Amino acid sequence: MNTNKQDAGNDEAKVTRTDVQEYLTFSLGDEQYALDIMSVKEIRGYEAVTRIANAPDFIKGVINLRGDIVPIVDLRIKFQVGEARYDEFTIVIVIQIHERMVGIVVDGVSDVISLSREERRPPPEFGVGFDSRFLVGLAKLEDQMVILVNIEALVTSEELCLLDRSEEITDGTV
Amino acid sequence: MNIDLEQFHGVFFEESGEHIDTMEHLLMELDPDQPDPEQIDSVFRAAHSIKGGSGTFGFKALTDVTHVMENLLDQVRKQERAITRPMIDLFLEVLDTLRNLLTCYRSGDAIDEDQVASVTAILEAALAEEKTSPNVKNAQPEPEEDDAFGFFEPLPEPEGAEDKSQPDEAYGFFHDPLQPDDASPEPAAVVPLKKSSPKPVASPESSTIRVDTDKVDALINLVGELVITQSMLKVLGSEPDNIDAMKMSTVLGELERNTREIQESVMSIRMIPVSFVFNRFPRVVRDLAKKMEKEVELILTGTQTELDKGLIEKLVDPLTHLVRNSIDHGIESPDVRKASGKSEQGKITIAASQRGGNILISISDDGAGLNRNSIIAKARQNGLDISDDAPDAEVWNLIFQPGFSTAAVVTDVSGRGVGMDVVRRNIQQLGGRIEISSIEKVGSTFTIQLPLTLAIVDGMGVSVGGQIFIIPLVSIIESMQPPRQNLKQLGGSSLLHVREEYWPLLALHEVMDTEPKFTDPTQGIVVLIETSKKRYGLLVDELVGQQQVVIKSLEQHYRRVPGTAGATIMGDGSVAMILDVESLADTVQAPLEESA
Repeated sequence: MNTNKQDAGNDEAKVTRTDVQEYLTFSLGDEQYALDIMSVKEIRGYEAVTRIANAPDFIKGVINLRGDIVPIVDLRIKFQVGEARYDEFTIVIVIQIHERMVGIVVDGVSDVISLSREERRPPPEFGVGFDSRFLVGLAKLEDQMVILVNIEALVTSEELCLLDRSEEITDGTV
Repeated sequence: MNIDLEQFHGVFFEESGEHIDTMEHLLMELDPDQPDPEQIDSVFRAAHSIKGGSGTFGFKALTDVTHVMENLLDQVRKQERAITRPMIDLFLEVLDTLRNLLTCYRSGDAIDEDQVASVTAILEAALAEEKTSPNVKNAQPEPEEDDAFGFFEPLPEPEGAEDKSQPDEAYGFFHDPLQPDDASPEPAAVVPLKKSSPKPVASPESSTIRVDTDKVDALINLVGELVITQSMLKVLGSEPDNIDAMKMSTVLGELERNTREIQESVMSIRMIPVSFVFNRFPRVVRDLAKKMEKEVELILTGTQTELDKGLIEKLVDPLTHLVRNSIDHGIESPDVRKASGKSEQGKITIAASQRGGNILISISDDGAGLNRNSIIAKARQNGLDISDDAPDAEVWNLIFQPGFSTAAVVTDVSGRGVGMDVVRRNIQQLGGRIEISSIEKVGSTFTIQLPLTLAIVDGMGVSVGGQIFIIPLVSIIESMQPPRQNLKQLGGSSLLHVREEYWPLLALHEVMDTEPKFTDPTQGIVVLIETSKKRYGLLVDELVGQQQVVIKSLEQHYRRVPGTAGATIMGDGSVAMILDVESLADTVQAPLEESA
């Protein structure tokens, strides 16, 4: 049967498979960020959005993405990095997490990088615009530091106001 | 072989479900004093179909039960046995069992053999009551022969299942097949049936739909027309240098009409009449009223109102709950009713109607109404803060709080306080709302308002600050640019005087927080809007035009936006918000209400 040996082999394969992950790097102001490429649905240019009344300023509005109404979030405004300019180089990365889609506005998309576990380092406690809750780690790429973002934690966080608050809160009117 | 048959299982379950519904419906309508042979025939045929189908697929429990049921029905059909009220009760319970069995087979759960055995036994007992042996059933009911048979053999029961009431039974049958039930107490009803319904049936949401062939034919016709239009466009487009503009616009007009009709037609495929839910209520009301010893008349109206299938399936539970509530808490017992000068029979009305883009379903009873004081007392007991002079609507809404019940006695019907909060949550999940109106000693009405989701809405596009919003056309009464002298200020809010009425004004740019072109109503446009609660004027910059819009969910990728009912995609691909005029009405300050 030799089950032990087989198991060990499987484990090893699993480690190597999850060990290297691909990330899409993007820039916000002068800083380089990266997010898990598996959550990226598409990359498109910034186009006119429909504003949503009384939404926070970093929610630019919604766009029509082939029949779906998708919100657009400007992370530059949210985390006060760089300057929120909108020109022909402004990029929107459409993220899909579970069934929900959201577009995030960034200054540019640079590259797809593969990072092994050794190359990923724990996130710093301070010094970046992002709350450390939304970071997975740091990586060094050539001479630059790349900040790895936990995009799922970010878009599902309450701070981004992309989800309805729980029923209890909205219903507590009586 | 099984593999071959399995593909038909779905159809069988669907059809059997319908047969059971039909039988239930017919049995409910059946008058034991004057049974309509046609109806009995239909019940028999339905039972027979289930038996046949289940036999083919090897659903033995179903076959066994329907077989005995069919035998009994056959006797009734041949007028060898009179249909009695207890017998109808028995059949109805058998139907519950059949439904459970069907669910078990559908979901692949284990069959409750005990239940099958007990139901079959009871049916057989009922069958055995008559001394006519099974083979005699085939004989035509010839009175003389039967009489003789009956008289000469003093009811020896070959199976030995002697029942105390047999002589009566025989008497009743042989002399007057239409004898009312008082002459023949049916032992079957005495035998307590092993409870057949309490099994928690995870309501199977069927993923298939049965569509009226007319609807399909209409769609096929429309697609045919579309193909013709397409080929016309192709011909026109083949000579780009020499386009006949007139003809082009005619064909494009044709295409537009065609597309719209196909859209409507496709939408209608998902729509089914609310009678699919309503038809179960006569049974629910009958059973419950009997249990609670109350007399209740049920009136169903608007049963042909069509609603999306998905919505209908999700409406079953909340509606059933409300109906149960009405019987349990609403309708008083006959004595109490008599004492308070009402007719002994209570009345529950379930009505459906379409009002513009909404479906309204109301459940009204002429019972005791909600008791304001006990609700307030209960609320305080639960630690809720409520003042004594709170408006009625606010007090009624308290019953939607979790764990809220003022029923003096907790019954197994209702009163445990699980429910109303769930009802409201269910309805809110469907994008609807529920409102209560109630007058003490006169009755209560629960009104459920549901949007026609998936539906296309006729809307009026309006622009404010360069942004376009859609107002559902059904709520618009008219649009106007009001003259100065018709505008009044009262208590800080503006009122518009139109034809002897004052309309409070709401500036859309304030709600939507945009920079408007005009803040002065005499320069902009006022759209007069009527909702179920209020009427008001909505101040916008200008009208853009009328168009049909498809409602797109904002919640799918984002969240609910206050004041909007969703979004839609405009001709140029941009997104426009659809206004929720009902919730906007809440933000309207109505000085008239306070001063009135």
